[in-house]
Amino acid sequence: MTLTDPEHLEQSEAGGLGDNIDGAERVKRRGSDSAVLRLSEAECAEIGNDPNTDADDERVLLNMGPSHPSTHGVLRLMLEMEGETVLRSKPVVGYLHTGMEKQAEQLTYLQGGTNVTRMDYASPLFTELAFSLATEKLLGIEVPERATWIRMLMCELNRMSSHLLFMATNGMDLGAVSMMIYGWREREEVLRFFEKVTGLRMNHNYIRPGGVAADMPDGWEADVEHLLALIPPRLEEYDILMTGQPIWRERLQGVGVLNADEALALSATGPILRSTGYAWDLRRDEPYLAYSAVDFDVIVGSYGDCYDRYAIRLNEIRESMRIVEQILDKMPAGDYRVQDKKVTPPPRVRIDQSMEALIHHFKIFTEGYKVPEGEAYACVESPRGELGVYLVSDGTSTPYRMHVRGPSFINVQTMPHLMQNGLIADGVAIISSVDPIMGEVDR
Amino acid sequence: MADPLDYLRGFAVTFKKLFEDRVTGDYRGGKAKEGAPDNKRPKPERFHGRHVLNRYEDGMEKCIGCELCAGVCPAKCIYVRGADNDPDDPTSPGERFGYVYEINYLRCIHCDLCVEACPTQAITESKLFEFSFTNRNDAIYTKNELVVDDDGMPQKMPWEDWREGDDQLTSGWMRATSSAGDHRYEGSVHWAGELGYGVRAPEVGQSAGTISTDGGNSPAEVRSENDG
Repeated sequence: MTLTDPEHLEQSEAGGLGDNIDGAERVKRRGSDSAVLRLSEAECAEIGNDPNTDADDERVLLNMGPSHPSTHGVLRLMLEMEGETVLRSKPVVGYLHTGMEKQAEQLTYLQGGTNVTRMDYASPLFTELAFSLATEKLLGIEVPERATWIRMLMCELNRMSSHLLFMATNGMDLGAVSMMIYGWREREEVLRFFEKVTGLRMNHNYIRPGGVAADMPDGWEADVEHLLALIPPRLEEYDILMTGQPIWRERLQGVGVLNADEALALSATGPILRSTGYAWDLRRDEPYLAYSAVDFDVIVGSYGDCYDRYAIRLNEIRESMRIVEQILDKMPAGDYRVQDKKVTPPPRVRIDQSMEALIHHFKIFTEGYKVPEGEAYACVESPRGELGVYLVSDGTSTPYRMHVRGPSFINVQTMPHLMQNGLIADGVAIISSVDPIMGEVDR
Repeated sequence: MADPLDYLRGFAVTFKKLFEDRVTGDYRGGKAKEGAPDNKRPKPERFHGRHVLNRYEDGMEKCIGCELCAGVCPAKCIYVRGADNDPDDPTSPGERFGYVYEINYLRCIHCDLCVEACPTQAITESKLFEFSFTNRNDAIYTKNELVVDDDGMPQKMPWEDWREGDDQLTSGWMRATSSAGDHRYEGSVHWAGELGYGVRAPEVGQSAGTISTDGGNSPAEVRSENDG
């Protein structure tokens, strides 16, 4: 039976599927027992203006957001409530839409990094990485080993900073305000390292097609070791403050449950999918960079609830630190950008020595480099799930089309299913545990 | 049944923080009353801030008006027009100089691509990032504000919050001096001196294999290799 099957639609409109259906069927339900509120704005307004509404009808349509402190930016949820219970809901997105995918068509591949890095602003290096990998696929170039390892190091640190931010906001949404301060505090330490390496705290434009913008700064090993020494005891504190805390457990366990079939039917990835017990991590299952050369575990949950999603992220910070430790040992020496004169500008000294180098320098910075016709898709495991960049090139120096598979955007559609028949107060916990970044949702 | 002590252990974590060092500092945004502490943390060498237009040690401007910075800017915030130098009183060495140079800070995203693109290291970035305006026109910095003063120091506008050391490393210097991924060029100086600072030292990087000292990697050899 498929979604478009008329018999199925009729049956579910009548609410005839019963409660004992399992797996993906629940996701496909339509009508009043569906988790998703399928009403247009106009229809909602009509209901609101109808003077003949049944007085006994306790159902209320409630808008949560777009500027609600617990909706992580500008997510708007339309909730159909009965008392405090959420019956159906509909996430409304688009409030942060700035046309970044369209903007990418105006920018050369060299400039593109400054644009894509602004999508998922909590983990900007991942979008840069996916964009660079896709461009490199089209160009058919191989980046030097050191660039690969620097990318891996920076991305794992970025995963840590992103999950630390989650710890902070998750704590804040559930009333653990001190946790918010602690999470930001640790994230700040990671951002300080980024600032040293890239010059910026976010929106780095550091990973770019062909390699990375700059080599690691002098003394970077000491800074990374400082981070690796500083964060584990802080995570222990989080464990006492939250993981083992009965209040925290009661608040999260059993809230917002999703099973693996549902998660797959909704294309959820990242911690949401892994919380259901389905071990899917692109770093392991479709290795990119040099992830096959490092040792790490994929963290999975078993209940698919908010608590699992919290615990997975907390432990992923630890796994990332394990990877970073190995990178410290294995960082190779050598070039950090591909030495292809058509893609990488010449070293500065060459500009004064060689006319050819000067011409390359001018061409690359004004016109950009031409990318062969074709299409490519590259995906990476961002802290939020599978982050993919699909590029179509028409042979010029700007993409013909760029599409980003933003994990936040796709994970947002799990929200109605997580919230169905839960309390509105749990809705806050659920939004928080999905951890959407609205910049990436709306692009 | 939860261990009742678990509740208390959580409180102990926050309580202990009372006796730990503060991680935040005293910051009053340059508006501190006499004697009140107003600290900012030092910024790393590679930090991106407000731009400056550098000059050579003899006072000549480095900008040659080539418009590469304007061409590469993804935010299109730079406007440059070049003009021919007056042979009797040149502004920059060579034929051309930057006649008009404007940066609109309402658009600038501080990505430093202009710094990477500049062939003469004329434009670099200072460490200053706190400046605000009360109207749109003030956000457009012209050559009057951007070119360094006669001591080679960035001009400090009254609405900017400069601190000790912010003008010391006036650049995303690592971008301006990039070895473009070729590790053999790390740690070697290949840029001109600068008014007020002289020739800046490079980052060490992986400079064990630097081209200027190592016999096997003589500049001439690298050159012929690269031109091949």
